[in-house]
Amino acid sequence: MTEQNEAAAIAPELGETRVGRWRIPTSALRAYTMVFALIAIWLYFQWSTRSELYPYGLFLHPVNMANLLKQMSVTGVLAVGMLLVIVARQIDLSVGSILGLAGGIAAMTQGWGLIPSLCSAMLVGIVVGAFQGSLVAYADIPSFIVTLGGLLTWRGVILYLSKGETIPVRLPVFRLLGVALLTPSSGVVLAGIAIVLVIWFAISSNRARRRFGLPVASSFAMAVRIIVPCVLIAVFTWEMNDQGGIPLPVIILLAVAAAGSFLTRNTTFGRYLYAIGSNPEAARLSGINSRRYILAAFSLLGALVGIASLLHTGRVGSASPDAGTLMELDAIAACVIGGTSLMGGRGTVSGAMLGALIMASLDNGMSLLSVENATQYIIKGAVLVAAVGFDMIGRRRAS
Amino acid sequence: MRAISKTFPGVRALDDVSFDVRAGEIHALVGENGAGKSTLMKIVGGVYPAGSYEGEILVDGAPRRFAGVRDAEAAGIAVVHQELSLVPEFSIAENIFLGREPRRFGIIQSSELYSRAQTFINELHLNLEPHMPVGFLGIGQQHLVEIAKALSRDARILVLDEPTAALTDTEGEILFAILDRLRARGAGIVYISHKLGEVFRLSDRVTVLRDGRTVSTDLTKALDTPRVIARMVGREVSEIFPSVKRNPAEVAFEARGVTVEDPNVPGKLLVDDVSLSVRRGEVLGVAGLVGAGRSDLMMAIFGAHPGRLAGEFFVGGSPIRINHPSDAIHAGLGFVTEDRKRFGLLLDQTIVGNITLAALKRLSGHMITNVSAETAAGEKSMKELRIKANSVFTIAGTLSGGNQQKVVLAKWLLTNPKVLFLDEPTRGIDIGAKQEIYTQINRLAAEGLAIVLVSSELPEVLSLSDRILVLHEGRAASVFRREDATAESVMAAATGHAA
Repeated sequence: MTEQNEAAAIAPELGETRVGRWRIPTSALRAYTMVFALIAIWLYFQWSTRSELYPYGLFLHPVNMANLLKQMSVTGVLAVGMLLVIVARQIDLSVGSILGLAGGIAAMTQGWGLIPSLCSAMLVGIVVGAFQGSLVAYADIPSFIVTLGGLLTWRGVILYLSKGETIPVRLPVFRLLGVALLTPSSGVVLAGIAIVLVIWFAISSNRARRRFGLPVASSFAMAVRIIVPCVLIAVFTWEMNDQGGIPLPVIILLAVAAAGSFLTRNTTFGRYLYAIGSNPEAARLSGINSRRYILAAFSLLGALVGIASLLHTGRVGSASPDAGTLMELDAIAACVIGGTSLMGGRGTVSGAMLGALIMASLDNGMSLLSVENATQYIIKGAVLVAAVGFDMIGRRRAS
Repeated sequence: MRAISKTFPGVRALDDVSFDVRAGEIHALVGENGAGKSTLMKIVGGVYPAGSYEGEILVDGAPRRFAGVRDAEAAGIAVVHQELSLVPEFSIAENIFLGREPRRFGIIQSSELYSRAQTFINELHLNLEPHMPVGFLGIGQQHLVEIAKALSRDARILVLDEPTAALTDTEGEILFAILDRLRARGAGIVYISHKLGEVFRLSDRVTVLRDGRTVSTDLTKALDTPRVIARMVGREVSEIFPSVKRNPAEVAFEARGVTVEDPNVPGKLLVDDVSLSVRRGEVLGVAGLVGAGRSDLMMAIFGAHPGRLAGEFFVGGSPIRINHPSDAIHAGLGFVTEDRKRFGLLLDQTIVGNITLAALKRLSGHMITNVSAETAAGEKSMKELRIKANSVFTIAGTLSGGNQQKVVLAKWLLTNPKVLFLDEPTRGIDIGAKQEIYTQINRLAAEGLAIVLVSSELPEVLSLSDRILVLHEGRAASVFRREDATAESVMAAATGHAA
């Protein structure tokens, strides 16, 4: 064992790893590994998409990035919901089929007007999610079985309702949902608001810690905590504005992710989901009504599937009865690559977003390189298994 | 074993330890939790493979290197760990012969399997049905199956790690008789235990470990309890049970006619019409053999038993309904469950995440959590209960048993309970940590809490309780006052021989 390895292995507690003189929480170290993996993937695609037209590469070009993020927005929204369910030690295999059903019904109800059409998709998502959730929570049927049944059933329902035909989106605003760009100036305003929020959160959390007599972050750590996200927000806004503006679906994804992150980290509901997933017996004996929270998690996932179905249908411009096929696997893969444990109790929204971004980058990059479909599947599968494999190795060394 | 050293990340768990066991002797290994006993035995048993430690292992004088558990077993070494390694869905017989099922042409001979298991169970004087799935058994009986499984391997060297922690005294007696017979047959037995009474009763020699080093190895005859304790803790323990005078006030909690059916065996009553009451500032001990229904009674009171048929509950004289643990918590009951890993802790979450779980809404607001308030509460509890860890963000699963138990206790204290139920609060933790738990029990009783203490360790129940309720086969056998209770009278009641 080299000296450095040994230093890394000497973890004063499981939650931390020592690298040199830095003590880094293991979860953060893991996140950094994934960030480096993402950067490596990006650099590789940038390097291999050089051409006469784009001497520095096409991949990171604002137009392509906007495309990539639009593609990611559907998977990302699904992944936030999926995370809630997986953290509670459940699974949902039916989200792709529900997405197809909700999108199809939204397209069919266009005649009633825009608002009823959008609401019907949301309603389908919530009702189906709540129905499956109640079967899991109150009838004690394993979620794998309930949602495997759902995967078939809901696909069948939309095939029946649509008679197998693809329905075009006629309402212009519906279409815009998947493709609209924010005006550059409103993008700048949003970025400004985001930056103010980042600073306000950092300061208020510090103030709260001081009030309870807890150690306060050093000014250097504070600066890093404020500057890094602000720079990212600025670069993102600038790059998106460069190609016309921030795409609306990306804004929706960011809003969903922010809400999901708040829900998991800062609410009793979120904490209870982790507790239920970590040890259902202990959670129950601590007075947590697990059934109610599991039902709520599935219902929330359903609502997010509703949103995702609108984004997807709007972007594609039509609702085909096989829309959303295999999307449940993308959502699960995003969570897992982002460090979510299928055994429950562990996982973060930011991790799942990172996972979704990695998957979307692979999709997009390989399409740019015109990699064959067959090869794309193989590579994505290998990346999924490898990401979890590295995670397990890291974890074994930490314990 | 010669000069064994083993380093874990951050700790030197064993430092140059030598240990030997002869044929036909019982060699006791004692020491506080974290002294390195279990680590040493995991090395012997091949759990930590050769190469991951320094030093050497010799069997019959020849050095051996075990790459895994199978190598150790082939060398005639069987280890019964504290953690159970049973498959709950498999029957007792299948578990005993797991991996070595009698088979012909690859097909398991089930009748032979069960008849051999039956013979074996009879030989051990166990009252168990070999077809019964292990998951249906109580934890004490599961431990007996685990021990039977190890014995069935005809091991020449048998290592038992805290074998009686989950056993009642009668079950313990059965085990001791078995061990006596094995010793007479020439087996070498390593016996790890916190219970010094057993050690003195059984062993020929005693080795004391402390902080990963051997303190001494002596003939048992040359030692006495105070001396061994002094060597274990490195200081004199004047009194294990601090005695206090208590002045119980009015009745804080009463349960009437609690009846519980076995959810898996309809018609079989686990608890049959048991009533109990406890006063403010009083400790009510609940004694009984494993299977007497103590934990089922507690679970039923707390609204967490699926088989509860009847029972009325009163807090401060007024009737309350308890249909879910949340009702119980709301009414001011707290329940430190037995088997902290299974029922008590979120092992992969932080200390503060565990401590605040049951009182989250009170501490942190109904919807949105307040991380700083939680952290502050967590740190206060850690200080109060002297939980040893780097910070409140340490993962609960990495703590020692004693500290884990304190985390569970802290969780319930944060709910501001009026009545606290403690089910086996000191199982599998070392003497130092036990004493701290005892001190806490006394402190809480002095502060006016009503405490119900379930324990398999008679001395604990006898010295801490003001009154003792003894259960026998699901029924209340008798209630003793502290001054009338003796180990003999409680035991007699627990075994159904009450006057």
